Amino acid sequence: MRSSTTSGPNPAGEKQFVIGRFPGFAATSWIFLLYLYIPIFLLIIFSFNASHSATIWHGFSLEWYLKAFGNDDVQRAAVNSLIVAFIATVVATVVAVFAALILARGGRFRGRGLSYGILMLPMTMPEIVTAVATLSFFTAIKLDIGLGRVVIAHTVFCIPFAFLPIRARLQGMDTTLEQAAQDLYANEWQTFRYVTLPLLMPGIISGAMLSFIISIDDFIITLMVAPAGSTTLPLYIYGMVRMGVTPEVNALSTVMLAISLVFVSTSYLIGRKKQAGTANQ
Amino acid sequence: MPKPAIEIKNVTKIFQGHTGHPVTALDHVSLTIEDNEFFTLLGPSGCGKTTLLRLIAGFEYPTQGEIVLFGDSIRGLPPQQRPVNTVFQHYALFPHMTVAENVGFPLKMQGQRPDEMTRTAARMLDLVKMADFGDRMPDQLSGGQQQRVALARALAPQPKVLLLDEPLSALDLKLRQEMRVELKNLQRQTGITFVFVTHDQVEALTMSDRIAVMSMGRLQQEGTPIAIYEQPVNRFVADFIGETNFIQSTIAGIENSGARCTIGPGTTLGTGATADKGKGDAVTLAIRPEKIRLVKSDGAADGLQGRVAECIYTGTDTNYQVELENSDVRLVVRGRNAITGETLFKVGETVVLNVAEGAARILAD
Ligand SMILES: Nc1ncnc2c1ncn2[C@@H]1O[C@H](COP(=O)(O)OP(=O)(O)O)[C@@H](O)[C@H]1O
Ligand SMILES: [Mg+2]
Repeated sequence: MRSSTTSGPNPAGEKQFVIGRFPGFAATSWIFLLYLYIPIFLLIIFSFNASHSATIWHGFSLEWYLKAFGNDDVQRAAVNSLIVAFIATVVATVVAVFAALILARGGRFRGRGLSYGILMLPMTMPEIVTAVATLSFFTAIKLDIGLGRVVIAHTVFCIPFAFLPIRARLQGMDTTLEQAAQDLYANEWQTFRYVTLPLLMPGIISGAMLSFIISIDDFIITLMVAPAGSTTLPLYIYGMVRMGVTPEVNALSTVMLAISLVFVSTSYLIGRKKQAGTANQ
Repeated sequence: MPKPAIEIKNVTKIFQGHTGHPVTALDHVSLTIEDNEFFTLLGPSGCGKTTLLRLIAGFEYPTQGEIVLFGDSIRGLPPQQRPVNTVFQHYALFPHMTVAENVGFPLKMQGQRPDEMTRTAARMLDLVKMADFGDRMPDQLSGGQQQRVALARALAPQPKVLLLDEPLSALDLKLRQEMRVELKNLQRQTGITFVFVTHDQVEALTMSDRIAVMSMGRLQQEGTPIAIYEQPVNRFVADFIGETNFIQSTIAGIENSGARCTIGPGTTLGTGATADKGKGDAVTLAIRPEKIRLVKSDGAADGLQGRVAECIYTGTDTNYQVELENSDVRLVVRGRNAITGETLFKVGETVVLNVAEGAARILAD
């Protein structure tokens, strides 16, 4: 898996076409970045504002954070979000591990391509379609299990996100290691437990983290399927915003942003670790 | 009579290739590997060596035929139930375990107690001179060191047979030569049957008790290094192992010990055995370059006359290309430079070729 560079030395004076140096490319990129990040930057700044204003800076304070976390409804919503994200992540990751093992290691079987398609479908389906369909289905079968409805819906759309990094890891893994384990008297379960699983772990962690953040900030599907009393944090924030953007909303949003950032960067860092099975080369 | 370690009985392996074309990797191979033997499977890349090893280890099952291990058929047994261990070509050390954990792995799987396991692992690492590396991770080791760990790991559970798939091919020349000696010593010390795969004829000749030469999925010849080198049964073996002169000729007559073959107008050569050929048959003769001695022609000498056409100095030897008189045959002749009194010849010089008794062999095909 060594990458080779094919570009030879550039003879002096010869101009090479580099897409990054296209005229106006840099400026456009900068404008785009500012457009994207200025609102978020302002949101973070004003979550620390010492006044109710969302436009004029009055000094630093943690007042809105304290207020937000002191709010019983916020606490309940946060706990709901965490419960849903936790269960959905665990279930989706376990399902994704088995799915990846079967699809990547199960050899060729009938319906392999179809299984893969079905597995990835929730990722490409318009969310509103999934949301409406799920709601109709729950109503039709009269599934009335409160927060459980949200958990089920989240589990389903988390599976492809958990699946992708796990499968990528599995595909880069050398099957010789598993053969070596079997050769050295490990049965199938021991081979999985002591060799496949540890080597797969970075992919699993990566997939779980992705699932977690996808679940914790989901809005549309949750809005549809969550019954009264099962409000999650994004739903609660939306409710607050309808009564005006307050620094309290900024504070909650900033916290969610921080959580996402931590998870995404951890997932990225783990994913960047050496691919399984290449250590011997 | 002790039971042989492995009997390969008429084994055929056909793969269903990715393109849908069946590939015959092994074609009716029968072999017997004795207990306590250093046995080598030798052949060019793609001839089915790895496939045969994988069949013995249990990673693949034969399409046809049977493999018997110490008298018992191992048909259908998964790898973990065969008292056979493999040293993989790229070692296949577990990258997430330390060296000691790698070596201890098979013992743990066999249910050894932890303290016993630690002791065995340490003893094995000592055996391969890696005692101080137990706490390292595999990627902190050089190729040669990884190789030793892989050996220790495969030997730790005391298998009855050790399979080695081109274990030295990834090492540089110096290390390879060192490991040849060490592997041979390890085999003697442990008394375990080694089945060693290589495409390197020198490796095979120097290390093995017996060699099986394979080509295109078929067994060509099985025998001791001396037998394989001195009495190759066919052109493939004669060509693949060492250097050989091939001469097309016809049998002019049968003598008491062998045949007399015509290799040019009025020029004949005596051979060892006749390989069941009779007078008038067209045959291929094989002569090793070092079995011919050049002497200065004094005009009167009888025997094969020739002229030196080319002269390549290689340090210990000089390789001559000699054109035979009265014939269009060109022979490679090796002269040892170290032997005093051996004459060095020049291009254009006329010489007499003394062919050693029985050195010219009639090939079966
Ligand atoms: N799993 C497989 N599927 C299809 N063909 C295979 C497979 N394994 C080996 N072969 C083919 O069988 C032949 C022998 O291969 P192999 O035993 O690896 O040769 P060697 O080890 O002597 O180089 C080759 O032609 C190879 O392409
Ligand atoms: Mg091979």
